[in-house]
Amino acid sequence: MKSIGKSIWRKEAWDKVTAIAKYTDDLPATGVLSARLLTSTHAHAKIKKIDVSKALAVPGVKSVLTGKDCPVLFGPLLQDRPALARDVVRYAGEPVALVVAQGEAAAEKAVRLIEVEYEPLPFVLTPSQALAEGAVLVHGRPDGYRKTVTDVYPEAGTNIASRYKIRKGNVEEAFARCEAIVHERFSLPPSDHLAMEVRAARAEISPEGRVLITTSSQAPYSVRKQISEAFMIPAGQIQVRVPFVGGGFGGKVPVFLEILAFLASRSVGGKSVRLSLPREQDMASAPCRIGLEADIKLGADREGIIRAAQMTFRLDCGAYTDNSPYMAKAVAVDCTSPYHIENLNCDSLCVYTNHTYATSFRSFAHESYTFCVERAIDMLARRCGIDPLEMRLKNAIRPGSLTPTRVMCTGSLTGNLTECLKKVKALSKWEGGKAVKIKEDTVRAKGVACLWKTPNPPTDAASGALITFNPDGSVNLNTGAVEMGSGGQTNLAQILAEKLGMDPGMVHVVMDVDTRTAPEYWKTAASLTEYMVGRAVMRAADDALGQLRQNGAQALGCPPEEIEVANGRVFSKKNPEKFIAFKDIVQGYKTDAGLSIGEPVLGRGGFMLKGLSKLDPEAGKGKTGPSWTLGAQVVEVEASLKTFTYRIISASTVMDVGKVINPELMRSVIAGGMSMGVSLASREAFVYDQKGIPQTPNLRTYKLLHIGQEPDYRVDFVETPEEGSPYGVRSYTEHGIIGIPAALANALSAAFGREILSLPLTPERIWRAVKEDTDDSL
Amino acid sequence: MVRYEGKTVITLNVNGQPHEVMVRPADLLLDVLREQLGLTGAKPGCKNGDCGACTVIIDGWPAKSCLVLAVEAEGHVILTVEGLEGKAPIQKSFVKDNAFQCGYCTSGFLMVCHALQMQHPDMPEEHVIEEWLQSNICRCTSYQEIRRAVHGMYNNKGL
Repeated sequence: MKSIGKSIWRKEAWDKVTAIAKYTDDLPATGVLSARLLTSTHAHAKIKKIDVSKALAVPGVKSVLTGKDCPVLFGPLLQDRPALARDVVRYAGEPVALVVAQGEAAAEKAVRLIEVEYEPLPFVLTPSQALAEGAVLVHGRPDGYRKTVTDVYPEAGTNIASRYKIRKGNVEEAFARCEAIVHERFSLPPSDHLAMEVRAARAEISPEGRVLITTSSQAPYSVRKQISEAFMIPAGQIQVRVPFVGGGFGGKVPVFLEILAFLASRSVGGKSVRLSLPREQDMASAPCRIGLEADIKLGADREGIIRAAQMTFRLDCGAYTDNSPYMAKAVAVDCTSPYHIENLNCDSLCVYTNHTYATSFRSFAHESYTFCVERAIDMLARRCGIDPLEMRLKNAIRPGSLTPTRVMCTGSLTGNLTECLKKVKALSKWEGGKAVKIKEDTVRAKGVACLWKTPNPPTDAASGALITFNPDGSVNLNTGAVEMGSGGQTNLAQILAEKLGMDPGMVHVVMDVDTRTAPEYWKTAASLTEYMVGRAVMRAADDALGQLRQNGAQALGCPPEEIEVANGRVFSKKNPEKFIAFKDIVQGYKTDAGLSIGEPVLGRGGFMLKGLSKLDPEAGKGKTGPSWTLGAQVVEVEASLKTFTYRIISASTVMDVGKVINPELMRSVIAGGMSMGVSLASREAFVYDQKGIPQTPNLRTYKLLHIGQEPDYRVDFVETPEEGSPYGVRSYTEHGIIGIPAALANALSAAFGREILSLPLTPERIWRAVKEDTDDSL
Repeated sequence: MVRYEGKTVITLNVNGQPHEVMVRPADLLLDVLREQLGLTGAKPGCKNGDCGACTVIIDGWPAKSCLVLAVEAEGHVILTVEGLEGKAPIQKSFVKDNAFQCGYCTSGFLMVCHALQMQHPDMPEEHVIEEWLQSNICRCTSYQEIRRAVHGMYNNKGL
């Protein structure tokens, strides 16, 4: 292979280090009106009255919008969310009013002059509270909302937005035969994506009704679809552009700001309006990472084989569902972590609370359920007296195992966990998982956790690719994939270069997405770019190759079957010395005499997922994603038994990526995921006060990992190719995060000799767990 | 002390050129750079001094341009990422060592690193590098790559 397996630089690298790369809010600010949001100061309240008269009187203010200006409800699965709150607010931070003005200063001033009279209502802040007898209902009639899909199941008279069930084998009978059983309750608070670029959107509407939206979105085609449907505008009249995106991590999948920007523009006769959220609103008002409570019961036999599992997951989706029901489904689909468990009952509930609503976050809730399940497995290993890593080897899924939804595992479908565990054992210098005292009051300990994930896209998700050539023989690749840092464009360039037999330096990738020119891609989410867009690229390359052979056959005077394309040249297999360079044939061929031969080469490829199914509602049988990616991770800590502080020494990951396309790019993206896992697990949480008001919606109080706090990251690969994926590559970009919180908690539990059952793993939490021998979540 | 009221024309020395801009006393240097001079390399990541994405170099030292008023910057020498013109050693190091993913925090980190080299022409101790770079946040990389790029900047000076 000439291109695959090489560590080439990112295609957009120089654009990013010279600031030539433009992000949504970098577009010129002249001639653009500014919009600002007023947000709710209550977790749950009736809106008695909104007085906007003082705001409208501010010089430069063009319009003030409130809930009554937009009666439509939004949501990708269940339409339960207004653009601006109507009659009731359901979380602190919910958009209540929108000001459009000449300049940010006037807009900001007007926002402060809007007077809202609230009547506070009782509220619920955890799934347990929301499910308790007599709990206030966040939505009066969740079952009355319009569904856009068939597999979301809101339950009347409750706060349950949806529920998914897995029933496999006979759990009660199996538990009765188990030698060791653990049964624990885990909890994880909601937190934030914290992409460095705050969400930003612009909208304008031309006099004849064409809508132009520029946005920092992972899902430009969803923006087009939802605005088209909600406002009854033909999709072709809506053009959505996405320049570079400054980090997404799932948080820029929801269609949220675009709707507000559209409404703002519509209210001022279609003039161009920018809406860029202040960081505080980006955290408290825009969708965040989901919280989770779980009850996990696991049973093993004498040999440490897990025989039975009973799991209940309660996902805290906050005030609106967005795509959280599908996270509840995804948790159920993969709930066992990558282990073969014959007898399994799982209930995964998506529960409304009065928190900021949640959306997809890197790994689609897998980091959350994995924390619970992998912690429980460590406890079970301790009970069985088995090395936690050996316990995982014993139970690892293998070809022939059945997943929770009864898909038969094969090497191609799921990969090789045993190999990952063996490699991570060496990489992390694993020595049994017991704490080792290194000096007075200081111990070192390691924790292990496995990961796996299958994506849960719609069963008919599609992608496309277009290839055109330049006169120097270089190629332009145009797809609907958004560039937000995950490196998909560079991988696609390498895939295309390999397939066309050319230097990847001669592949130019169009980085911006424009829904009018780029072929539709479902959304840049679920780490599916290499698989889904990659397959479209392979087809587009095949299409181009066919045309190159036709041109070559005519130019060289031989049958197309004899033509070969390699090294940027077209030639006959029989006479490779006589060749035509790409530059002389991609726009058709011209003989010395000026005779034109063949046609310009334009490659196109489309791809739609096939063979996926919804889960059957009773037993939860079905295949929701094309394949799995799995891996094993180890975290090592040095902990002070006196001060309950710790330092993370190293973090190791071995992942079965199918095929390494670009070693350094893959390593760095996986290490980035691990870093996010370390930050999430060690310090990140939305803290709410007793009234349900978020107390940490800024980077001063919500602390992220900084340089100097990072461990030594070690990444290695296993390559079990996935059939049908370009060169066998698997999804990998999200996955580095998945097992890290669990592995860190396993290490700390070993270090302190106490089972830690919740996040984040702050010294205070550990101190409470040790002193009170209970993990009393704050 | 100079007193400013309403809108005032001031001259900012940015990237070696004088620029006349019309500002209110409350206007941030960050916003003036971005919206009046079109220098969008400095990013508004938090506008609270916490993330460092808006870092520029003022008189040879890194400064968060969201914490500086435009009127305060008059009479000082301001360097933004655009002023590096792709020639600073740290820019090549960042490309080589893969020290960014989404690229949004990159300009800020580049300016901190470039100022570090201005103030410490020879590679300082690791804790000094950490202390300098702790002013900024990167959400994508593992920081290992950024650390490597700083080492690369010092080790390949003649790049």
